Amino acid sequence: MNPASLPKSPPPEPKDVHVLPGPTDGSAFTGAAMGQGNITEIHDTNPLDVTLPYHMQPRVEKATHDAQLQQFVNSATLSKDRARKRICLEAFGDNYNRMRELGGRIKQHTLDHLDYYLEQFVTNAAAAGAKVHFAETTDEANGICLDIARKCGAKLCVKSKSMVTEEMHLLPKLESIGVETVETDLGEFILQLDKDAPSHIVQPMIHKDRAATARAFTRELHVEYTEDPGKLCQIARNLLRNKYRQADMGICGGNFLIADTGTVVICTNEGNGRLCTSAPRVLVAFVGIEKLVPSLEHLGVLLKLLARSATGQPLTVYNHFMTGPRRPDEHDGPEEMHIILVDNGRVKTLKEETREMLRCIRCGACLNTCPVYRKIGGHAYGSVYSGPIGAILTPMLKGLGNYPDLPHASSLCGACYEACPVKINIPKFLIQLRRDQIKQKITRWPDRLIYRVWAATLRNSLTYRLGGWMQKWMFRLQARGNGSLGRAGSDPYASRGWLSDAPGPVKSWTRERDMPTPPARSFRQWWDEHEKDKKSKEA
Amino acid sequence: MKVSIFITCLSDTFYPRTGIAMVKVLEHLGCEVDFPQAQTCCGQPMYNNGFHDESRELAKRMIQVFENSDHVVTPSGSCAAMVRDYYPELFHGDHAWEHDARKFADKTYEFIEYLVKVLKVDLTQLGAKWKGKATYHYSCHLRGIGITNEAEQIIRQIDGLEYVPLEKSEQCCGFGGTFAMKYPDISGTMVRDKVACIAATGAQTVISNDAGCTMNISGSCRREGAGVAFKSLAEIIAESLGLMERHDDYLHPAGQKPRTAIAGCGPIKT
Ligand code: SF4
Repeated sequence: MNPASLPKSPPPEPKDVHVLPGPTDGSAFTGAAMGQGNITEIHDTNPLDVTLPYHMQPRVEKATHDAQLQQFVNSATLSKDRARKRICLEAFGDNYNRMRELGGRIKQHTLDHLDYYLEQFVTNAAAAGAKVHFAETTDEANGICLDIARKCGAKLCVKSKSMVTEEMHLLPKLESIGVETVETDLGEFILQLDKDAPSHIVQPMIHKDRAATARAFTRELHVEYTEDPGKLCQIARNLLRNKYRQADMGICGGNFLIADTGTVVICTNEGNGRLCTSAPRVLVAFVGIEKLVPSLEHLGVLLKLLARSATGQPLTVYNHFMTGPRRPDEHDGPEEMHIILVDNGRVKTLKEETREMLRCIRCGACLNTCPVYRKIGGHAYGSVYSGPIGAILTPMLKGLGNYPDLPHASSLCGACYEACPVKINIPKFLIQLRRDQIKQKITRWPDRLIYRVWAATLRNSLTYRLGGWMQKWMFRLQARGNGSLGRAGSDPYASRGWLSDAPGPVKSWTRERDMPTPPARSFRQWWDEHEKDKKSKEA
Repeated sequence: MKVSIFITCLSDTFYPRTGIAMVKVLEHLGCEVDFPQAQTCCGQPMYNNGFHDESRELAKRMIQVFENSDHVVTPSGSCAAMVRDYYPELFHGDHAWEHDARKFADKTYEFIEYLVKVLKVDLTQLGAKWKGKATYHYSCHLRGIGITNEAEQIIRQIDGLEYVPLEKSEQCCGFGGTFAMKYPDISGTMVRDKVACIAATGAQTVISNDAGCTMNISGSCRREGAGVAFKSLAEIIAESLGLMERHDDYLHPAGQKPRTAIAGCGPIKT
């Protein structure tokens, strides 16, 4: 990909992204909690390697019957969601929505003028000594990385958490040319041991507990079985320290790219990112092109929002800014710094109608607040990006026909929109994608027919009344059959029956809950009498 | 005050008592109420499922039906949100209709919102009395129209009503229109979570203002064996002001806790 291929935009006017006064608090760090239980799962293949088109029902069914998975995901997301709300209100108070508005505007502005900022970034990063590469596809991105690894003769690579590299399935590629690659984020490290994949964009092992970790450690690292989090951490720490010392290559992602300085920013809580990016000789940063922000001033706003929305911290513990490789007078840092700017469907998403989705700063707040995500976890989405943002972004990046179920896996409750620190209107996009499915005839014709007929009956008050009347009597006849219909003499506007096993389109409803029938009389019938009453009183 | 009521299709057929209560309360408060008979459905199911041409036709119809109304009041947050959030967007680019849609959106209110923001009702002044322990389900679409705790304000003005807030009240019950039928398992798990939270309050009455949520949650309460009754806030107010006879329709013997333990999705203590 070449920045010249991006849609051209007018030169930006920085004045529409002015910055509000920041928050004034300083609240405590909330560490990641580990649950209890004993899920045993060793995967032969990466759970996110799915065959396309991906149909989510089998995984949904599995997840909704997995009480432990639900317990873990539910309690972890709930506590993060509460932490987010509390700290955002404490910090921003009545300005919370204005802060979100501002965060959204900064990102939107950058996306609206992405060609400009990308060029600026490339110039500045190159001036600082970094080598900038563009990759249009997964293969291209991996290819660039493998070339770098071959050229520098890498044997061991330490990697910090990055969703883009998950998107690229980079690790097996590196292993295939003989580069041992170790994930150093504790959660990712455990997932790598267990041949599992992240199921949350911020807390990758939200679906796993301490016992599963202990089992993986005993099995793979041959250590004594322990469920003590302190001891488990110590084991990982000892192992990883040696890896940092020996590694000749480091890989990281990028939370932000700063255009006017050419800087890559990563935010972590464990310090592993800093070791990955400064200890080895060669550093490769994989970053999606949507991660740009104009300047440090704008970054401040987004950092405040990111940490608070993700984990309820005022700021992530380590915010690492990398501008070029080590200078001659510096003690540490890589000798070579490569930045791979990844497209992989993003340029296509940049069209005006869908650009807003790319504002996402991957805070995970929408996942934490989403009642659907809480019930099915991340793997059910069949892709690296899960939850509400995944439901809209995955079909955009990977093709709507490849993920036909995702835009429907939401009750449109709007919690995600309310939580999003950059105000992405996720429900609107879910609906937009459903509309596009109809346009592209991805929606099957019987479904299309049902809605059209339904709409047609509503277009006329006579057919509407007839439809309502038929529905009422069909339901009530069935309820009479099962004996649940109210006794004669009770309020005709309130007494109803119940169906537990209804046929037709209501069947799937009654698989999970009962269906009430309408009462004997409708509102319209009451209104007619009410009108008569009023008239006779007036007369 | 002249008020036109928009009785959504679900209320008309499934929950007429809600509409009746709403009319009685509005008339009691001195409003002149009319019900334009040509109204049908706002088109939300079509809109949410992506059938925008179809829903545009229904929207035009609604706009015309209520053309001459000053205020339009509906007992459903979800239908109010459809009109307010999505009608103007549906006609984006079509100036004449967009203008009319916006006008319609501006005069449409959810019932509780209308009581609090326009009529500025204070039930304590009206001597509202209602005996019993009740909890309240916040329906998601109220978010869209910017309603937060208005219903709770009203509930707390009723003498004798012991109000117990619901845990995880901001979490969707899993109705979502056709979502409940497209993904019955996810929706089923979500609604059982809600039932567990309701059971934890010990309330005998659940106040729910959206007919869709009521169908879903009451259906699950019935399946799980929970002994509660469901009512809209309009009904509670009408009953508390003596405008309507009290009607408690317990799904099971009053106070009965759900039969099944709900694995993995009960209220979480933090
Ligand atoms: S869509 Fe918004 S809430 Fe969700 S991860 Fe992205 S920035 Fe966070």
